[in-house]
Amino acid sequence: MDAGPSVREKKVSSVTEALARNVVESGQRAAARSDTSAGTEKRSATFRVWRGAGPTGELRDYSTSVSEGMVVLDAIHQIQAETAGDLAVRWNCKAGKCGSCSAEINGMPRLMCMTRLSELDLQKPVTVEPMRAFPPVKDLVTDVSSNFRAKKRIRRFTPRPPDAPDGTWRMAQADADRVQEFRKCIECFLCQDVCHVLRDHHLHEQFIGPRLLVHAAQLEMHPLDILDRTDDLKESHGIGYCNITKCCTKVCPENITITDNAIIPLKERVVDKHYDPLGKLVRLVRGRNSADRHQGEVR
Amino acid sequence: MGTEVVQLTRRGFGQTSRRDAWWVQPLVAFIILTAFVVYATWAAFQNKYYSFGNYLSPFYSPLLYANSPHAWIQGTRPWWVPGFLPFSPALLILPFPAGFRLTCYYYRGAYYKSFWADPPNCTVGEPRHSYRGERFFPLVIQNIHRYFLYAALVFLVILSHDAYKAFFFFDRNTGRQNFGIALGTVVLFVNVVLLGGYTLGCHSLRHLVGGYLDRLSRAPVRKTTYDCVSCLNRGHMRWAWLSLVWVAFSDVFIRLCAMGIWHDVRLL
Repeated sequence: MDAGPSVREKKVSSVTEALARNVVESGQRAAARSDTSAGTEKRSATFRVWRGAGPTGELRDYSTSVSEGMVVLDAIHQIQAETAGDLAVRWNCKAGKCGSCSAEINGMPRLMCMTRLSELDLQKPVTVEPMRAFPPVKDLVTDVSSNFRAKKRIRRFTPRPPDAPDGTWRMAQADADRVQEFRKCIECFLCQDVCHVLRDHHLHEQFIGPRLLVHAAQLEMHPLDILDRTDDLKESHGIGYCNITKCCTKVCPENITITDNAIIPLKERVVDKHYDPLGKLVRLVRGRNSADRHQGEVR
Repeated sequence: MGTEVVQLTRRGFGQTSRRDAWWVQPLVAFIILTAFVVYATWAAFQNKYYSFGNYLSPFYSPLLYANSPHAWIQGTRPWWVPGFLPFSPALLILPFPAGFRLTCYYYRGAYYKSFWADPPNCTVGEPRHSYRGERFFPLVIQNIHRYFLYAALVFLVILSHDAYKAFFFFDRNTGRQNFGIALGTVVLFVNVVLLGGYTLGCHSLRHLVGGYLDRLSRAPVRKTTYDCVSCLNRGHMRWAWLSLVWVAFSDVFIRLCAMGIWHDVRLL
């Protein structure tokens, strides 16, 4: 015998229907608002996207509808969904924190997920190209592995013996603050891409580039680290190739003051050891080496 | 759907996908720096109209050899300068501030772009294929910047003294120096403030006063000095341009007053 729906089931069903009706109605209202409001009006924009496998390819135009709040990565995904299913693009967090969606938008290295369409002139095609400093793999994807190889060449963090018997260290917040800035790096490699030493002269083997100089600065200026990396910086890391264009600072999505706070202080430490005869004489007289000097007079 | 075939290889000189007027910044830097160098060279060789009453042009300060009340040593030229060479007291001192600016970290980046197109601007193609950076002669000499800084600090003290002297005017009736402020006083005072902002925000100074230390907190005086220099350093570009333009203007002001074309206005 079919007893039919219970009172409770009827109640649940009516609530579900009401909710569904609400969702549909609010969706319709939102759609109506977006159709009538000038700010959220859907319109078409053209994206000139690099397509190709390896070093050769072409810039291909794709038109897609755009609306308020969209970023370039949204448009690329939309193009992928609508017309170019085989378009290769690397992305992950869509929040400017993973550093995966680096590309060149209208010629400037930027994160696609952090570039709002409202910042761009959509009257003209928006150019989206892969980073030119690295070997292209496919479409917008490049091989950035050279950065990880270069990172291995930097001598790793080497702390002084522990300060306390329990094997821990003590350091002042003020000393940690300076290197804290460098820890914001998300390794998007936009700074490496914009650096003309890597981009135009392809000196990846001789010059580690801004990102890795930031990493070196983070270690070199660390209040606990006792290694002296100035010889490496001068010789194998090629800090002398940097001619301070400050392009790396301009493109950093984390606003790290790469040139002023990392590269130039490192250059000055190289000057201390290699190009300052007067300073060298003073250190000789006082019997202190470079690492002692950086750690302070107390060691 | 349009198609444009492009090689993803090195771009030629001036080639870029940038849409903005990327050439404006290096062009403006080129024009200002060229105009400054041409004017400063001309003014240095003039050897006249460099002082007006209690004012001394910053291009000629310190005035080492001259027949002038501002001169440290009275005379037309030092004995060791051959007679056939053109001489001006400015030529003895200008190499130091010129060297300071030439080797300055900010100016280096600016003139590599605007004079050598190395690169012309960020992500814009370069004219040359080879690149050696600052690793070899002659650009490795840029590393002596801190020595020019030492000289610039001495110049800053001397120019501050000049600005101080610009507050005192000779009274013909009493034969004494009276305190006062005129347009020239303001010009020389602003000049010292701008040069101070530029010199004391120098990257090398920032390093020397404490930047070289990893544990700066253990040296509180150095820490405070480092913080002050860092504060000025954040606006180094602005200080660099303003002080450059104003130092030239200070010379123009004093020159035109000395020539009788402009007239100094007494404010107090």
